[in-house]
Amino acid sequence: MAMTEAAKVPRERPMSPHLSIWRWHITMATSILHRATGVALYVGGLIGAAWAISLAQGPETYGTFKHLLGSPLGKVVMAGLTLSFFYHLANGIRHLVWDVGKGFDIRTANATSIVVFAFAAAASVAVWAIAAMTGAL
Amino acid sequence: MVSYRTPLSRARGLGSAQHGVGHWISERVGAIALVPLTLWGVFGVLRLAAGDYGAAVAWISDPLNATLMVLLVVISFWHMHAGLRVVIEDYIHVTLNKSALLILNLFVCGLAGALAVFSILKVALGGAV
Repeated sequence: MAMTEAAKVPRERPMSPHLSIWRWHITMATSILHRATGVALYVGGLIGAAWAISLAQGPETYGTFKHLLGSPLGKVVMAGLTLSFFYHLANGIRHLVWDVGKGFDIRTANATSIVVFAFAAAASVAVWAIAAMTGAL
Repeated sequence: MVSYRTPLSRARGLGSAQHGVGHWISERVGAIALVPLTLWGVFGVLRLAAGDYGAAVAWISDPLNATLMVLLVVISFWHMHAGLRVVIEDYIHVTLNKSALLILNLFVCGLAGALAVFSILKVALGGAV
């Protein structure tokens, strides 16, 4: 009798710890940021499409588009997209290396996380420096 | 609960759909193609930002630039669609909402991508005002 009762009650199953339980670590940050920057770049892709559409509309619409992107808010958006792009690019390559089956051990994964962050920052600064020098700002 | 079905009977028909590997590989190939294309795109943006409308038309009228731009747009929107699809599937568990968002994602990427490609070709082929 007791055995049939026990069989009816669902057994406590081991649960995966929720996000709040995990100790924050750098590989977790890179994983979450890859997704977040991907969503940001989705918006960036739509801005890119808007560029092409405005160009086909003629000089006036194109001028409005360039004016919007050149405004302070537009520059903030472009700066965010630059960081997102270089981060997503570097971490995407990191993912491709994982897909080959390499770089999975913790030390390498932690080290490549730092490389990805450093590359994203350095490349973004470099591109904006080039933009400033070539009169693109 | 005792089941009289054999393990083989229970497993039958529950296997993979047999197209997972091809889908997985195509996502990676798209991502690899985007590495050089997006880097080229960054220099394109720098160039375009420094110039006016006339410079942009001249730039996109170059067959190489127009071709790379079309490839960049098509593969980017394909990659964007695949990426946001996974995000929606991970976080939205109500079937109707999930289906609606998946369709919206597909339609937004399809429409924006098609508009961008048509616009690039229109300007590149000299149809601009």
